[in-house]
Amino acid sequence: MAGMRQPHSLAPVLVAALVNLNRPATYAHAGVFQMSVANLVVIGLMVVVFAAAIALPFRRRHKGEQR
Amino acid sequence: MSTHGSAPRSWTARVRDTAVRAMPPERLLPDEQPAYMSSWVYIFGVLTLASLSVIIGSGVILALKGPAWWHYTGVGHFFNSVHLWAVELFFFFMVIHLWAKFFMAAWRGGRARTWASGAVTFLVAIPCAFTGYLSQQNFDSQWIATQAKDGINSTGIGAFFNVLNFGQMYTYHVLLLPVVVVALVVAHVLLVRRHGIVPPLPLADLPKPSP
Repeated sequence: MAGMRQPHSLAPVLVAALVNLNRPATYAHAGVFQMSVANLVVIGLMVVVFAAAIALPFRRRHKGEQR
Repeated sequence: MSTHGSAPRSWTARVRDTAVRAMPPERLLPDEQPAYMSSWVYIFGVLTLASLSVIIGSGVILALKGPAWWHYTGVGHFFNSVHLWAVELFFFFMVIHLWAKFFMAAWRGGRARTWASGAVTFLVAIPCAFTGYLSQQNFDSQWIATQAKDGINSTGIGAFFNVLNFGQMYTYHVLLLPVVVVALVVAHVLLVRRHGIVPPLPLADLPKPSP
């Protein structure tokens, strides 16, 4: 639309990954153990979500409350 | 024709009676669940099912258009990305679901087959995803295939499962392994319906509240 700023210059910034993924992966080493940092982050996220699911309260439906 | 009394019944009637006895309708589609299900930790099973639905939907579209479609169209690239990220979420939620059920000892109370079917689904889903990497039709899939063949050959199954054979790997990815995964998931859900969700572990070891 005339007069409006085109969003194409902003969109890549908004949707771009926080970490530059266009390069070889970074690996963590500990003895014979070797794993990419990306996989470690995913495993860490799973642990956090698992712990949050146990710790956070779940809203209960009270008696007489409409479904 | 349905008959009563001592007359022999048809095989369809016998199958129906057996199915209804094994899975009464009120158990197959319950409208109430135990109070202990009011926890976020019980939600990862259905999140895994939701991810699987997106995987199958996007996978069907990708299969209809062919394995190279996503390389030269924006829409194809979009559906390929949806497919990939749905798989990421599928494994993310399924692993948390497995952790939760493991720490609940979810095989208690005659639920061994429920636990085993879930664990086997996880194991079958891994090659289902790996054959997807081999179906990308790019240098990445070629690199993975040439690296994987040595590992596969060292196990002795390379004669039957040739990762360098694109047609074979594509068939495994879009038909054979998904059919097994979906069949296992259906069996798993039916077992959950039949035996119910596992109750929490006994609290006998906790200190009793003071009166």
